[in-house]
Amino acid sequence: MAQVLMKDLNKKYDEVHAVKDVNLHIRDKEFIVLVGPSGCGKSTTLRMVAGLEEITSGEISIGDRIVNDLPPKDRDIAMVFQNYALYPHMTVYDNMAFGLKMRKFPKPEIQKRVQDAAEILGIQELLKRKPRQLSGGQRQRVAVGRAIVRHPQVFLFDEPLSNLDAKLRVQMRVELKRLHDRLETTAIYVTHDQVEAMTLGDRVVVMRDGWIQQVGEPLELYSKPANKFVAGFIGSPAMNFADVTIADANGVVWAETPGLKVRVPPACLERLRPYKGQHITLGIRPEDLHLAGGADPSEYTFDSTVEVVEPLGSEILLDIKTGPNMMVARVDPTVRVKVHESIRLALNPERLHFFDMKTEAAI
Amino acid sequence: MKNPIAGGAGGAAGVEVALPHPRTSRVQPRTRVLESERLLAALLLAPAVLLLGTFIAYPFVMGVWLSLSSTTVGTAGTFVGLKNFEKVWNDSIFREAFQNTAIYTGLATLFKLSLGMWLALLLNRHFRGKRLVRASMLLPFIVPTVLSTYAWRWMFDPTFSVLNWTLYKLGFIADKLPFLSDGVWGLGCAIVVNTWRGMPFFAITLLAGLQTINPDLHEAASLDGANAWERFWYVTWPLLKPVTLVVVVFSVIQTFSDFQLIYVLTGGGPANSTHLIATYAYQIGVATGLLGEGAAISLFMLPVLFIVVWLQLRYLRRLEGA
Amino acid sequence: MVIERRWKKWVFFYIPLTLFIIGTLFPFYWMFITSIRPDAELYRSWRAVNNAPFWTLHPTLDHFQDLMAKTTFPTWLWNTFFIAVASTLISLFCGLLAGYALARLRFPLAGTLGTSIFVTYLVPPTLLFIPLADIIRNFQLGNTPWALILTYPTFLVPFCTWLLMGYFKTIPRELEECARIDGASRFGAMVRIIFPIAVPGILSAGIFAFTLSWNEFIYALVFLSSPERKTVPVGVVSELIRGDIYFWGQLMAGALLGSVPVALVYSFFVEYYVTGLTGSVKG
Repeated sequence: MAQVLMKDLNKKYDEVHAVKDVNLHIRDKEFIVLVGPSGCGKSTTLRMVAGLEEITSGEISIGDRIVNDLPPKDRDIAMVFQNYALYPHMTVYDNMAFGLKMRKFPKPEIQKRVQDAAEILGIQELLKRKPRQLSGGQRQRVAVGRAIVRHPQVFLFDEPLSNLDAKLRVQMRVELKRLHDRLETTAIYVTHDQVEAMTLGDRVVVMRDGWIQQVGEPLELYSKPANKFVAGFIGSPAMNFADVTIADANGVVWAETPGLKVRVPPACLERLRPYKGQHITLGIRPEDLHLAGGADPSEYTFDSTVEVVEPLGSEILLDIKTGPNMMVARVDPTVRVKVHESIRLALNPERLHFFDMKTEAAI
Repeated sequence: MKNPIAGGAGGAAGVEVALPHPRTSRVQPRTRVLESERLLAALLLAPAVLLLGTFIAYPFVMGVWLSLSSTTVGTAGTFVGLKNFEKVWNDSIFREAFQNTAIYTGLATLFKLSLGMWLALLLNRHFRGKRLVRASMLLPFIVPTVLSTYAWRWMFDPTFSVLNWTLYKLGFIADKLPFLSDGVWGLGCAIVVNTWRGMPFFAITLLAGLQTINPDLHEAASLDGANAWERFWYVTWPLLKPVTLVVVVFSVIQTFSDFQLIYVLTGGGPANSTHLIATYAYQIGVATGLLGEGAAISLFMLPVLFIVVWLQLRYLRRLEGA
Repeated sequence: MVIERRWKKWVFFYIPLTLFIIGTLFPFYWMFITSIRPDAELYRSWRAVNNAPFWTLHPTLDHFQDLMAKTTFPTWLWNTFFIAVASTLISLFCGLLAGYALARLRFPLAGTLGTSIFVTYLVPPTLLFIPLADIIRNFQLGNTPWALILTYPTFLVPFCTWLLMGYFKTIPRELEECARIDGASRFGAMVRIIFPIAVPGILSAGIFAFTLSWNEFIYALVFLSSPERKTVPVGVVSELIRGDIYFWGQLMAGALLGSVPVALVYSFFVEYYVTGLTGSVKG
């Protein structure tokens, strides 16, 4: 059991600066998820914690030890890889026992630990098989089993579910979460899938181009994204953005763009004051749009044309156009609209997001 | 570009104060050696580099020195500049050997390529006993060349040739053919034997290349109305070109530097008319003992090999770049 | 599949294939038939009336007996075998380590080294045999098996390195990373995880190297002098021909026996050999 501390962590390859000034404190027993598009530095960060990549500058400590110069084998960690990395020439049992054998555990102890892990994961019957005789889901379990027999200080997961089909992925996601609750071991989990990140993480770290964009609990990221990137990355379908101008007309402040004129809610007025007369980015989540009814105040409604209707069963996604702006609205499944129909939409004034055009930071 | 770290619930800056500073762990020296990438690389490469250095790089330098000296077996020579090269270049036997080598390499490679391609196409079809046929087709390539060449020499024997007998019985010839007793015929025979020996190498590697071609492409092409030849020319051949080029390069190098086949078949005769560069270098350098001159003769192979290797490397680079 | 008429299949498939088979295998048949034919039948003019060269009615093992009893052929066989195995093992050892380093480790000059090993792969033995002979003499290795055991690797090591490097590259990096996290050093991960997985590649390289060294001729010809030290190819060439006289029966018996071991090894490992062969030219 241990905390992991990263201080001013940097990784430079010949030409690429892959990880930039990462500072992160992962608490003991915490399940933390690094998420971001490919090439954002999340895997590199994880591999530096594992000791598979050299650290260009900065410091990593696990527990109370600085591990910069420690080889992977001495870091007391376990890792699950995307392609499982099961040793093809060993049986499932030997795969799981390998780490213990390397650490010279007595045989009965090895046997007991492998049996326990196999039981937790429900793979007792597979112990004598070779990896190539297993299905994808079974391999995944063995890979996890190999990690947990060691009782390491930290678990590292590098996109462990990416190679599974959609259904199995959801199932394994739940199992991993349950496993973590049971083992209470610090875990660092890397994924590009924001749904996985939101469901698994105690906290989520969003990365992009080697920088950490935001660290926070899942719902915090969703409701208070630190910048435009996080806002667009978290949530599906993604947040709608529109470039608007802040204009003051007779004491009322408006955010305007062709086809869309929204009154700036009083709560935001103070923050937006410096931007008067300037362009900023307005963000609205699809779920914060709905068909306008009589109760909706007119300063929060706008007209639009339906371009595509995507009925998903539990909800309907409407791709709409207002002026030059394309947006997605997530509406009730009972709503009946047709393509090319003109509709009036209302937005939730408490859930508007504003971002600086230059820095993209939330205002 | 630098974005501010926002929502900094996890920033380490605030945490650091609260934590005792972690201690640095000591690393055992032995571990350090086994874990250092560079050191390990050096260690792993040492045997190969040492061996190749001693028995390729060193002999190469030595060969250049020999070729510039008057060394013979038993006497250490002195530096004579380019005299050996000059002498060799003006030697009519060497010129003929060089010409022979070029003809031998060119024709044999051409035959090996066309026959090998043909055989590969035949073997790429489904038929009973395919594995056995494929395996036996490689026999000429794996059996010691010297030994199989003796079988050919026996078949070309002036008095007891089975080939002459067969052709005579079939009524093609009235008198025996001078297989190895004539310079031109001799070189021709050597080309035949070399083709026989090297063709399987072409066939099997090209076959491996053929097997990587998706059969759907052929079906698509025949749906587009291509006949068998057009399918080969427009689908198979372009896809097979990279493999072919590599195989040809290997074959050219081996054929150009060939020694044993001529050594056994004609010994360079009659009247030194079928020498290749390598056999002539042997005759001068080892049999006669003029090491300097012999080394100079072998070094004449270098420019040609250099060009071929250079082409190959350039091609490999291009492949990697693509 | 494209449908084909029957006569077409004969003309374009069966007949050419048969001709290829005959052309390829006839010399071996000829070798065999000569080796069991009595001398009286062997040396009959090609125009003799009753000559039936394609078979014999009086098969004999005389030539084999003579070969075994009157020459040092068995010793040559043993020499060839010993030298081939030893040089193959040395080459595999060097090739495994070097191939792994080039395929996996990051170090300065990696590219240059890979290229130069590839270039040495393309250096033909006939380019260097004269200076090498001199060096062998200087090292006092002349006329010993070591002259060959140490020089054959010059063409085997580049080949093995090249082939195994390609094989290592097909093994997922994560396997050894996982092993290293599981508690193995880099070296340990290589020996305990990567090498066992690479066994098919090692076998391919080994088989191919074995046949190459069994067949090698020019180094053996130049570096060995006493009859009892020679390898089969050189022994047959230099000891079975006395002056200008060819004892064709014995020669062919020797050629046959000298080919059998490689042919046997080959027949047991055809697939590995073919992998080695096709791998040998892959970029």
